[in-house]
Amino acid sequence: MTTMHTGTKPVEPRLSEVPTPEGRFGKFGGQYVPETLMAALAQLEEVYESVRQDRNFWDELRALFATLVGRPTPLYKASRLTAHAAELSRRSGNGGQAATIWLKREDLAHTGAHKINNTLGQGLLTKRMGKKRIIAETGAGQHGVASATAAAHLGLECDVYMGSEDVRRQRLNVIRMRMLGARVIEVDSGSRTLKDATNEAMRDWMGSVERTHYIIGSVVGPHPFPMIVRDFQSIIGTEAKAQSLRHMGRLPDSIVACVGGGSNAAGIFYPFVDDAKVQLIGVEAGGRSREPGQHAATLSFGSPGVLHGTLSYVLQDPNGQTADVHSCSAGLDYPGVGPEHSYWKDSGRVTYTATSDEQALDAFTLLAQTEGIIPALETSHAVSEAVRLASTMKSEQNVLLCCSGRGDKDVEEASRLLALRNPRH
Amino acid sequence: MGRIDTIFNELRSANRRALMPFVCAGHPRLDALPDVLLALQDSGASIVEIGIPFSDPIADGPVIAAAMHGAIHAGCTPALVLDQIASIRDRLRIGLVGMVSISIMQRLAAGSSPALVLARFRDAGFDGFIFPDLPLEESEGWRSAAAETGTTCSLLIAPTTPPERAARIAQASTGFLYLLARSGITGERSEMPDLSGRIAELRRASNLPIAVGFGIATPDHVRHVVQTADAAIVGSALVRRLSAVPPDRSPAQVAGEFCRELSAGLA
Ligand SMILES: Cc1ncc(COP(=O)(O)O)c(C=O)c1O
Repeated sequence: MTTMHTGTKPVEPRLSEVPTPEGRFGKFGGQYVPETLMAALAQLEEVYESVRQDRNFWDELRALFATLVGRPTPLYKASRLTAHAAELSRRSGNGGQAATIWLKREDLAHTGAHKINNTLGQGLLTKRMGKKRIIAETGAGQHGVASATAAAHLGLECDVYMGSEDVRRQRLNVIRMRMLGARVIEVDSGSRTLKDATNEAMRDWMGSVERTHYIIGSVVGPHPFPMIVRDFQSIIGTEAKAQSLRHMGRLPDSIVACVGGGSNAAGIFYPFVDDAKVQLIGVEAGGRSREPGQHAATLSFGSPGVLHGTLSYVLQDPNGQTADVHSCSAGLDYPGVGPEHSYWKDSGRVTYTATSDEQALDAFTLLAQTEGIIPALETSHAVSEAVRLASTMKSEQNVLLCCSGRGDKDVEEASRLLALRNPRH
Repeated sequence: MGRIDTIFNELRSANRRALMPFVCAGHPRLDALPDVLLALQDSGASIVEIGIPFSDPIADGPVIAAAMHGAIHAGCTPALVLDQIASIRDRLRIGLVGMVSISIMQRLAAGSSPALVLARFRDAGFDGFIFPDLPLEESEGWRSAAAETGTTCSLLIAPTTPPERAARIAQASTGFLYLLARSGITGERSEMPDLSGRIAELRRASNLPIAVGFGIATPDHVRHVVQTADAAIVGSALVRRLSAVPPDRSPAQVAGEFCRELSAGLA
């Protein structure tokens, strides 16, 4: 090993060099789970460590990405959306110029969102561990559909936990999961959304851990999940970086992604975190207002605490009870967030903001009608922020937007919400 | 020597075993805990585990999770539980062990410290702790806080825990070892697994008494468990009865009767 000498200044570890072997991202992360699960986490760590160096594993995954998922997903120049941002800029006195907005088209990935990148990766890990069954939690149903798809492709049994409120508002995805051969288990406890589905999946895993792998759907949960999910999702940022150099001729000035648990954001941010000039912006669900219970903006309004096995920002009351959350988007309706995002927030590397339900609905319609792309309600939060941000920038600049998923699953719920707002709609 | 050690020493010299019921604070009524504790003391319990309700108890089955949600809904907070315990401590000889999610402990310790939080619990009358979601690797700070405050800290040992790791957990625990009878969540089961091999292994690693929990629901289960272990922990079976107290009875009566029934298994 060679040592770098940089005079008297110690070499700062790079921001990307996390987690530690104990699963820490700065002070965040770790493994706060019942002892029953520790053996399974150790096994997962061991298997993942072994495949890291294994060409065959990555070749197999890359082949699936190319032929089953349709990767690389395109980088799309959103000219009419950019023109809309320029119009905003003119109206707000910013001279009518705006940065060019580019979409990383994860909505074109098979099953309609980035979630498939993770489920195929973890599905292959499941095979390596010799387990025959996978379980998953899902909010928007995209992770459930992606899990059911991976299970079908790999010949695994699949049970998906989903809150009954989400079963209602993401009905189309429930139908898809069942058609793919998965069992959807409705969760009727607590707020009947993503947090409660995660509790039930963890409880299942406590009793089934010897033959079942739990495919967590975001960069949350105990170590090594946040690292593994980030690594599988990093294909988004790795592709986007090469595509930016090709199409923009340089790196983007800003990258915008929505943050529920934080997997599409981590996937697009991670390959750029050491590129200090690239501004990174995570967009959380601002819901109806800043009042507790009316939003799901964990990094914006929460504080450090433990939820679902990891120390991270969390929305909690002063007694440690998890707070109620609200978002029009089932995939962002979660009181926790991945520990790496907490690390990025505290280090100042990533800026986190919140977009309201109303703004997200506006952006949903806007992207559909300017570009012919109906985004997921989750993604719509990032669309709103990207347009606002672009309208404050210069025309030679570029904003890269992670278009994490398509909105087919949302057409019923979005038209219901739009009709509530405007009965003539 | 703390109360937990004293209790187990006395039981040991009398060649007796312990019954350790679990109750959820604030359940079935916000003010039920003090009378329930007195009734359990009078009915053969040596130590009571008091669960502080948590919104997301991932190690708990539907019975205890529902009890916790009900208690939170009724307004149960850690501060209220501490007041209730303090108000009755001088009438209780039994040991009191807090079963608290690390999510709650972390929140209470924010802006304070683990030792200060545990001291508050100790001053109210708690003798020790079980943190069901705190594995060995994350436990250092909380274990030293327990040592500093003279309280015990029992880490969990699961059926999935490899022997070498079980020995390390045993050595890191104080007061007693908490052995899970099975994988999975809390809840009643009909059969008790054979734990004699695991218990013999733990006896070689540690001199601490061994308590067994998860799935123990009947006097026969208790009898089976204390053939090899030092204590039997009964949770869901008691909590389920407390969730269905008939209108003409009190939670304390129901808890006392069931506890007396179970303690027949100690003889
Ligand atoms: C399209 C889409 N985007 C984003 C999310 C939020 O998850 P994450 O923050 O992990 O990307 C979801 C979750 O269901 C989703 O379906």
